[in-house]
Amino acid sequence: MNGTDWRFKIAHREALIGVGLALFNFVWWFGFAYGMGSASVEEYTYVFGLPAWFFYSCVVGFLVIAVLVIVIVKFFFVEVPFDEEEEEKR
Amino acid sequence: MNYAVLIPMIIFLILIFFIGYWSSRKLASSSNFIADYFLGGRELGGFVLAMTMVATYGSASSFLGGPGTAYTMGFGWVLLAMTQVVTGYFVLMILGKKFAIMARRYKAVTMIDFLKARYDSKAVVLLSALSIIIFLFSAMAAQWIGGARLIESLTGLSYNSALFLFAVSVLVYVTIGGFRAVALTDAVQGAVMLVGTLILLIAVIFAGGGIPNIVQDLINENPNLVTPYGAEGNLSAAYVSSFWILVGVGVVGLPQIAVRAMSYKNSRSMHRALIIGTLVTGIIMLNMHLIGVFARPILPGIDVGDKVIPLIALETLPAWLAGIVLAAPMAAIMSTVDSLLLIVSSSIVRDVYLNYIKPEAELKTIKRISFGVTAMLGIGVFLLALDPPDLLIFLNLFAFGGLEAAFIWPVVLGLYWKWGNKYGAIASMITGIGTYIALHFYNQEYGNLLGVHTVTFPVLLSLAAFIAFSLLIGRKAYDYAG
Repeated sequence: MNGTDWRFKIAHREALIGVGLALFNFVWWFGFAYGMGSASVEEYTYVFGLPAWFFYSCVVGFLVIAVLVIVIVKFFFVEVPFDEEEEEKR
Repeated sequence: MNYAVLIPMIIFLILIFFIGYWSSRKLASSSNFIADYFLGGRELGGFVLAMTMVATYGSASSFLGGPGTAYTMGFGWVLLAMTQVVTGYFVLMILGKKFAIMARRYKAVTMIDFLKARYDSKAVVLLSALSIIIFLFSAMAAQWIGGARLIESLTGLSYNSALFLFAVSVLVYVTIGGFRAVALTDAVQGAVMLVGTLILLIAVIFAGGGIPNIVQDLINENPNLVTPYGAEGNLSAAYVSSFWILVGVGVVGLPQIAVRAMSYKNSRSMHRALIIGTLVTGIIMLNMHLIGVFARPILPGIDVGDKVIPLIALETLPAWLAGIVLAAPMAAIMSTVDSLLLIVSSSIVRDVYLNYIKPEAELKTIKRISFGVTAMLGIGVFLLALDPPDLLIFLNLFAFGGLEAAFIWPVVLGLYWKWGNKYGAIASMITGIGTYIALHFYNQEYGNLLGVHTVTFPVLLSLAAFIAFSLLIGRKAYDYAG
């Protein structure tokens, strides 16, 4: 085999997407939780009965991440063969 | 004894046995015993793969301890628990395709096989095998104790008999069926956990008179319960955020999780596992911990955290349904234990025995030894769990964080950074475990350094050690195509 394996380029890109997604996840989670949650309890607003900071950080945050994972995997991830033999047949 | 609760649980256990037996018949006709026993022949589909990761990861702590703490701490602990959603996609995206390709090229069956091929160093292999055997053995023992306590509280059996029952159930099917049995039963157990937590959450919300009502009750009792800062106001943002490392991204370094990232059939099953894994982890974590918080106004005054889930299930559900729902923590504990058992025995058989003691062993001998070691380990854990020594409890404290600090960089940078070499890997592992233990004592004595969880600095320091030693000693670019 010469040079870099073509599959590695895809693998590296997808790993970077993973890091990016985790960073986004962290910012969303942290921003809503401590951005809205640090107010005093009397000033809290509620969504479906849950404190708003919790609703946006954990419930909506989870849904957003789940949708992002689905979109990213469906549209940006490429299927590659894992076995050497399969690859040589290419 | 509460038979209405027991019967669904027993049916569940029988189902699990049946799956183990069924997988063992497939194993008997196998041509590559080692890859099949320890890795299920790299044939896992997306659903099974996702479920086995969730089930392995979701242990006693996520089903009993976690909700119990949420009961005491309030919404702040649910916030903390939600950091685990990231594991659903992060592990598979980061290790991802490169790990799968390299593992196949190296013919690696365990994480240590991978490290061995990548770094070509006896010290790396022995060091990793040793840390896996010590730390995971202790982690496993702690889970057995949890499992036995759960059976004890449900059945009224004595602790020793409960432990015996638990040990026999786990051993029979791990010993016989190997990884495939474990992965398949994990899939069933994962499904049980998912459905069980949903049913229980709905029941708890009804019993509490709706979410607004429950939240109002919490505020009346202690307004801090609905803030992100915990009941006493002592959960700082820095501390909670550092759990992103411990239970979020650091999980990449756990051998029992990483090995699953080399077991999938093809990219399609990996893609499906990413989606299913994220959804299932998120739903289970959110539900279980919310149940813990919501249980507080309904059943006030529970002082042992581990009992919150069993008690609230018995309180809010009809007995037979409680039995099915309580099979969920049982499932979580069993599936964690069986994976750990398999990892430890694969370290002994595959990484130490076959590498250094008797490389030319025949298939028949390997088979006998694999079964034997797995069974011996199980019996050993059983005996230790009868009367857990302090050392065991002590080692268990380091199991997750210590292993993460040891392995995360040798695995991740070994995959993606061509300058990484064996000196870096050895330095990283020693630094990781060493500083973890040292910092643990410091934090115990003086409070958490800079207010973050113990795992934070060892992970950063082991990164520094990995890079420094790789560049300083024997610098050489690794050829991934080689």
